[in-house]
Amino acid sequence: MAAERILSTPPHPLRIGLTPVILDDQAAFLNKWRDYLQHKLARPVIFVQRGSYREVVDLLREGKLEFAWICGYPYIRNINNFRLVAVPLYHDEPLYHSYLIVPASDTKTSSLDNLRGKVFAFSDPDSNSGYLYTEYLLSTQGFLPATYFAKTFYTWSHRKVVEAIASGLAQGGSVDGYVWDTLSKTHPELTSRTRVVTESPKFGFPPIVASSSVSKHDIAALQNVLTQMVHDKEGASLLDSLNLNGFVIGNPRLFDSIADMNRFVEKKRINVAP
Amino acid sequence: MLHLKHISLGYKIPLRVAALVIVTASVLASVLVYRSIGNLRDNMIANADSLGHLIADTLIEPILHDDVWRAFEIISIPLSIPQDKARDQGAEYILVLDASNKVFVSTQPDRFPILSDPITIEPGLSPIVKNPPELHAQVPVIIETRQLSSFYLATAIQSDGVRLGTLIVSYSKEPFEKRFYSLTQSAILITLLVLAVLLPFGVYWARKMAAPLLQLSETMNRIAPNLPEASEIELEETKDEIGQLAKSFKTMLAELKGKEQLQQQIIISDRLAAIGRLTAGVAHEINNPLGGMLNAISTYKRHGVQDPLTLKTLSILERGLQQIKETVAALLVETKTQTRPFDLNDVTDICTLVQSDMSGKQVSFTCDIDIVDAQPLSSTLVRQIIINLLLNAVHATQWQGCVRLHIWCDNSNLFIDVFNDGSYIPKEKISYLFEPFTSLNQGGNGLGLWVIYQIVQQLGGVITVQSDPDETRFIIQLPLQETHE
Repeated sequence: MAAERILSTPPHPLRIGLTPVILDDQAAFLNKWRDYLQHKLARPVIFVQRGSYREVVDLLREGKLEFAWICGYPYIRNINNFRLVAVPLYHDEPLYHSYLIVPASDTKTSSLDNLRGKVFAFSDPDSNSGYLYTEYLLSTQGFLPATYFAKTFYTWSHRKVVEAIASGLAQGGSVDGYVWDTLSKTHPELTSRTRVVTESPKFGFPPIVASSSVSKHDIAALQNVLTQMVHDKEGASLLDSLNLNGFVIGNPRLFDSIADMNRFVEKKRINVAP
Repeated sequence: MLHLKHISLGYKIPLRVAALVIVTASVLASVLVYRSIGNLRDNMIANADSLGHLIADTLIEPILHDDVWRAFEIISIPLSIPQDKARDQGAEYILVLDASNKVFVSTQPDRFPILSDPITIEPGLSPIVKNPPELHAQVPVIIETRQLSSFYLATAIQSDGVRLGTLIVSYSKEPFEKRFYSLTQSAILITLLVLAVLLPFGVYWARKMAAPLLQLSETMNRIAPNLPEASEIELEETKDEIGQLAKSFKTMLAELKGKEQLQQQIIISDRLAAIGRLTAGVAHEINNPLGGMLNAISTYKRHGVQDPLTLKTLSILERGLQQIKETVAALLVETKTQTRPFDLNDVTDICTLVQSDMSGKQVSFTCDIDIVDAQPLSSTLVRQIIINLLLNAVHATQWQGCVRLHIWCDNSNLFIDVFNDGSYIPKEKISYLFEPFTSLNQGGNGLGLWVIYQIVQQLGGVITVQSDPDETRFIIQLPLQETHE
């Protein structure tokens, strides 16, 4: 009877939200990875992409997604609602940097201090590397991005921050170090038009998290597939495309430094607010 | 300096036709280029205007949301479309100004950084900034000046009647100018080709048109000093005005020629008449004493002393006086003598008389007589005319030459035509031909033709002389005298 039921009702698909913490604009690659996951998980997988981190996070909170690959910043803000599934390994560590980049033509800028009164590009207000870290740095000096810079704007993607800097639209920008490094391999003509001024301390790499409604079985299944990717040829090739070394189960404490910055910045925001 | 109006028609008409062809071809080419450029420009403006409105409408939300990146992505799209730079009139750059006319975003952020003042960067934009386009403008605002290397198309970005900003699309004139030059180049090439075909044709026709005029002018120039012969005039008588002119000109020349000939004849006959009067007067004056002298000699010979010396002297005097008498008699042509009418017997006599002269030179003589009956003309005079003419002809003709006599008549005239193939009479001598003592050959006394002239003149006839190399012909026309029945 049970077997019949399994056969008659196909398992309902796993919906995985993607954000631009990776280069999520490669449709062909995503199709291959989806097919891989479907094959390994033996159930349909749907990748869901939205214009901003917030939309994906909201979908996950509302249980409209089972999993999502999001930034550490929204994860620590929703740490009670989301379950940590896996953290990618980048250069064999589940860690990455935030880069401060300027146009390559700008050879003088050596720190954020030189960019005061300039136009600055952030990737997403819910990004750690693309927003929070820079806001935190300014907060420690008693500044807010909106007043420190002449103008700021969001590109809603790390890659587009690099494009904005490369085109000269903004004089400075905060970008995910992993994305910049990966782009420098795949699109050197783009990154060569930018210059990395400073690197942040290491933070926990954007994790794959699960909605609180997802069963432990499903979480374990995905964890298993992700951590084992490195061991089979197809998975290794996909990881290579992602410019990652693999996935580990990871520890929520990896993101403590982000949580600390968040607390500091939120306090400052309240203080400054009228 | 050579003035245009002094140039020959042979050059002027072809030159004018060539100039006309060149001007026409150039004007046509210019008009075509001008129209093509106009069309190109209109198309470009229409495209730019629709593009401007499309972008302006799409930009409303990003501007309202202060989303610089979205705006940048939107305005980058038209420029990222690959274009054929030589042909397409793609935008050079796109600039979005916010409501306070500061740069909101541009496709050239290095040149127009965000928040910068566009006028300080590109002063050519000041007309747009100072006078931004109407919110609902029907016609696009185009800023174009000769000094600027670009022209600008401005569109208002508005939402709910509020100006959010201004979209400025800049178009470089360079591809436009390139297009203009390539169009001009091909137009010039085509014009030259057309000219290469039309010019030779035009010049050919023009020359053809000028040719009769030139001929006419050339012939007119030849009127002085001598009228050209009709055979020398090469004027085509066509139905057009020039042909008519040629015809009239020929008629005029012929009339002039006739008049000239008439004048010449009058002069000759006047002169001959004067000479005739003079010789007649002199002859009469000589004849009276001459008769007396001859009578005196005759009387003395009969009744005087028969001294041999005196008789010999008187004989010499008598012979001399006799010669004077004969000469005077020859000068004084007397036509009043009443003789029998001219008939075929006279012709036979004449032939017999001249036979010895003919055979002396082995001349082939043909006699062609078309009269049957006796003609009412004095046989003595006609015989004298014919004998004189035949003897002259025999003298003039070569050894073993050819002489022909043709006599015929119509209702009122007898015609005598004497032909020889000897040396011809030069033109300048013809007018003096009939004067006495004008001899063309060594032997004659120069009175033969004078006598003929006097006789013909007194009989009211006409002498016509045609003398060409190898053919000299005297035609005498004598009116038949009325027979008194």
